[in-house]
Amino acid sequence: MEKSLTRYIWSNTRLQQIWILLVVAVSMIPYFLSFDLPKQIVNGPIQGTGFETPGATQTFMRIQYDVPYFGEVLFFDGLELTRFQMLMALSLVFLFLVVINGLFKLYINTYKGRLGERMLRRIRFELIDRVLRFPPANFKRVKSAEIATMIKDEVEPMGGFTGDAFVQPALLGGQALTALIFIIMQNFWLGMIAAAIVAVQGVVIPRMRKRLIDLGRQRQLTARELSGRVGEIVDGIGTIHGHDTSNYERADIAARLGLIFSIRYDLYQWKFLVKFINNFLAQVTPFLFYSIGGYLALQGRLDIGQLVAVINAYKDLPGPLKELIDWDQARQDVQVKYAQVVEQFNVDRLVDPQIQALVPEPVDPLQHSINAVNLTLLDDTGAPLIEHVSLEIKPGETVAIVGTSGSGGEALAEGFARLIWPEQGRITIDGKDILDLPESITGRRIAYASSDTYFFHGTLRDNLLYSLKHAPLTKVEYEGKSAAQYKWNINEARRAGNPELDLNSDWVDYVSAGVTGPHDLFTVVRPVLDAVLMSQDILDMALRSTVNTAAHSGLTDRIVELRQALRKRLKKEDLEDLVVPLKLDAYNPQATVGENLLFGTMKRPMMTNRKLAAHPYFRSILRETDLHLDLYAMGLEIAANAVELFQDLPPDHPFFQQLTFMTADDIPHYQQLLQKLEGRGFDDASQDERSSIIRLSFSYVEPRHRFGLLTDELMAKIVDARARFHNNMPDELKAVIERYDPERYTAAATLMDNVLFGRVGFTQVDGSSVYASSCARFSTGCNFMKTFSPSGWILMSALAASA
Amino acid sequence: MLLKDEVEMLRRVPLFSGVAPAKLKLLAFTSDRVSYKAGQTLFRQGDPADAAYVILTGAADILSDSPSGEIKVAEIEHDSIVGEIAILCDVSRTATVRANSALEALRISKEHFLKLLSDYPEMTIEIMRVLADRLSHTTTELSEARSKQKQAAK
Repeated sequence: MEKSLTRYIWSNTRLQQIWILLVVAVSMIPYFLSFDLPKQIVNGPIQGTGFETPGATQTFMRIQYDVPYFGEVLFFDGLELTRFQMLMALSLVFLFLVVINGLFKLYINTYKGRLGERMLRRIRFELIDRVLRFPPANFKRVKSAEIATMIKDEVEPMGGFTGDAFVQPALLGGQALTALIFIIMQNFWLGMIAAAIVAVQGVVIPRMRKRLIDLGRQRQLTARELSGRVGEIVDGIGTIHGHDTSNYERADIAARLGLIFSIRYDLYQWKFLVKFINNFLAQVTPFLFYSIGGYLALQGRLDIGQLVAVINAYKDLPGPLKELIDWDQARQDVQVKYAQVVEQFNVDRLVDPQIQALVPEPVDPLQHSINAVNLTLLDDTGAPLIEHVSLEIKPGETVAIVGTSGSGGEALAEGFARLIWPEQGRITIDGKDILDLPESITGRRIAYASSDTYFFHGTLRDNLLYSLKHAPLTKVEYEGKSAAQYKWNINEARRAGNPELDLNSDWVDYVSAGVTGPHDLFTVVRPVLDAVLMSQDILDMALRSTVNTAAHSGLTDRIVELRQALRKRLKKEDLEDLVVPLKLDAYNPQATVGENLLFGTMKRPMMTNRKLAAHPYFRSILRETDLHLDLYAMGLEIAANAVELFQDLPPDHPFFQQLTFMTADDIPHYQQLLQKLEGRGFDDASQDERSSIIRLSFSYVEPRHRFGLLTDELMAKIVDARARFHNNMPDELKAVIERYDPERYTAAATLMDNVLFGRVGFTQVDGSSVYASSCARFSTGCNFMKTFSPSGWILMSALAASA
Repeated sequence: MLLKDEVEMLRRVPLFSGVAPAKLKLLAFTSDRVSYKAGQTLFRQGDPADAAYVILTGAADILSDSPSGEIKVAEIEHDSIVGEIAILCDVSRTATVRANSALEALRISKEHFLKLLSDYPEMTIEIMRVLADRLSHTTTELSEARSKQKQAAK
C-alpha cells in the first residue's frame, strides 16, 4: 500500500480533486462580487451618489467588455433605473449572490463529503481485502480486536480529511499569499517583516508539532492495544473466572488506562502550548508594525497612509494562516494514523490476488497425486512440527496418518490445507506448488476438518452450505426502484474500488454438490447429516424454532396439512387423547387458564403477559363477564394451596421445581397477602394485590395442579370471555396477538406447536418414555414429522428461518 | 381426581398411612399423575429404577422374565405402591409391571422420594417398619418352607 496518505489520496481521486479545485475557483467570483456590493448599495441609492437631481436615473447591468483587436463589445445595454428602483435592484442582486454563494458552499461540501466517504470505503475495503490475503502465520501475531479497531476507527478520520486534502491548502494558501503580496506592495520592508514572522511560524510550529505527532502515535498504539486486551478479556472470560484472575485483569486494564491518560494529558498540554506560541507569533507582527512602522513614520521615513493600509491588510493574514496551520496539523495527524495502519497491513508474502480470482465454473476433481517433497513445517515458535517429510498420495488412494496428538499428523494435514506454509520443501500437485495454485482448486478440492472449526454467525443453512459459496452464479434481475438502487450500488462500488459482486445472487454451487437446485439439495444434505449423526438434533432444533413465514409461505401450508394428517394418524393408532386439540369453542383442560383465555400467541417482545394484563380492553372484557371475580377467587385458592404446601420448605428445596406459578421467594409475600386479604372481598384489595392474585390463576392447569378449581361453568365462562375478547379486539392488539386458527399457520408459535396444534396431556405417557410431557411432545412430533415429510427439506427450510 | 383425593388414596397405602396429611399432599403435588391403557407398561425388568408408582385406580400384573417367557408373579391393585424397593437400594427393576386395565398412578420420582425421607424422619421410620415387617414375613415364610423341605427330604 502507498505509504504517504497524500499520495494515496491524489492517486485515487485526482480528477475529482481537480474538479473541486476548479469549482472552488469559480465560486470565488460571486464571493468577491458580494463583497463589493454593500459598498455600492450604501454609496449609490442610500447616500444618493449619482442621484443628486430628483428623477435622476443610472444604468444598471450594463455589460460591456473591451475585447482585444475587436474593440468595445456591448453585451447588454443596461436598464435606466431611478434611485428607489436601483436600491431594490441592487438588493435583489445581493440576495441572488447570497443564494449563489450558499449553493456553491452546499455543492462543495457535499462533493467533498462524498469524496471522503468513498475514500473511507476504499481504504476499509482494501484493508479487509488484505486481511483475506494475509499469510496464515500473520494471524498468530495480531489480535482480531486490534485489526477490527484499525479498520473501523483508526481510518475513519481519513475520510474526513480526503475532501480537504488539496482544496484547503490551495484556498487558504491563496488567501494568505494575496494578503502578504498586498502588504509587500504597500511597503516592502514591513512586508518583509510579516513574511519573516510567517516563516518563523512555518518553521517553529511544525517542529514543536513533531512531539505532538509522536504522542499521537503512542496514543493510537496504546488505544489499539487496549481494544486488543478488551477482546482478550471477553474471549477468555471463562479462563479468568476459572482461575480467579479478574483482579489481575483489573490491574492490567487500570495500568493501561493510566498510560493512555498520561499520553493524552501530555498531548493536551503540548497542543495548547503550541497554540499559545502560534497565537503569540501572529500577534507579534502588529506589534512590530506599530513600533517599527510608527518609529519610521515619526522619523518621517514612512507615509502614515501606507502604515494604516499595511495594518489593515494584515488583518486578512492571520485567519487563513491559522486555518492553514490547523489543516497541516490535521494532515500530520491523519498521516500518522494512516502510516500506522499501513505498517500493520503491509506484510510480506501476501497472497497474490490472482490466486483468489473469481471462478464461477465448477472445478474438476484432482487428476494428479499430491506430493510432499522434503517438507518441513514449523510452529509459531520456530520449533519443527515435521521435518523432511516426502510422500505421495495418488488419486483414489485412502491414506490415514496415525499418531498421537502433536506427533505431526495434524501438521501435515494443515500443510495440505495451506494453514501452515512450508518452511522448507513444498507440497505439489502435478508439479505445481499448492501455494501457487488458485484457491478455486485447493479450496474446492482439498478439505480439512480440524478440531477447531468456525461457525459463522448466520443460519444453520448458511453454515451448512458455506463451502459451496464460491461465486455469484445467478444474475438477479432487478426491476423498478430496486433496479435503480442496484445500478447506484454498482456505480458507487466501482468508484470506491470495491468489487461488483452481488450478494443477492445465489452463491450456492448446486452443480458441484451433485444436485440441480435448491429444491433437491436436501437429497445430498440429508445423508451427510445422517453420517455425522446430526439429523435428529436438527429436527429437534427446527421444531423448537419459529418460522419466517414471509420467506417460507409454501412451508407453512404444508405444516397445516401435516397438522391434519397428524390428527388422523393419532386417531388411527388410538392415541387420540395424547394431544388435546385447540378448539375455538371449547376449553382445553391441558392448557393454562391464560392460554385458554387468550387463545392465540403474542408477538414478543411487543406484547407480553404483563402488558396484556394491564391493557384496558382486556380488563374491560374481564369486568364485563365478571370473570375477574372468579379468577381472583381462583388465585386466592392457588396461593393458599401453594403456601400450605411449601411454606415449611427451605427455598432451595428441589420440590420448588414443581411450583410453576411462583418462585420460592414469592411464598412469604403471598403468605402475608393471604393474611391481609382473608375475609375481605375483591373490592377491598388494592390494584397491585388484585393483579398479583389474578396472575396466579393464569398459569393454572387442572390436570397438572389438581386443586379442583375449574368447574364446567367456569370453563364455559372463560370460553365465552375468549370469544368476546377476539370479537371486538382493537387493531393495536390485533397487530400483536395472533389467534389460533386450525386452518392457518401461527407465525409467532414454534413449528412444533403448529404441527401439534394442541396440548400434550400431562397424564399421558407412552410406555417407558414417561417423564413429563415435553419429551413426549418432541419424540412423538419428530417421529410423525419424519413419516410425513420424507423429503424433509421443509424442515431444513425452516432452519434457514431460525437464526 | 384431585389432589385431596390422592391424599386420601395415599393414606390407604400402608407405607404412607402414618405420615401427616400435609406431607402427603406435598408428595402428591410434586409427583406426576400418569395414566395407562390396558397393556401399557409402567416399567420393564432390567430398566434403571427412577421412580415408584402408587396405583390410584385400576390394576397391574407383575411379570418376571424366565427362559420360557414372562411369568405372572402377582397382581397389584389400587392403594398399593410398586417399584419402591428398587429406588431404595439403587438396583435395576426386578420385574416388569404392566397395566391389565385402564390404570391411573402417581409417579414419585426417586429424587423426590429420597428427599422426603431425609426431610421427614417419621416417614423413614414408617417405611422401615413396613420393610421390617415384610422382612419378618419373608423370614417366617422361608423357615417354614425350609422345614417343609427338610420334612420332605426325610
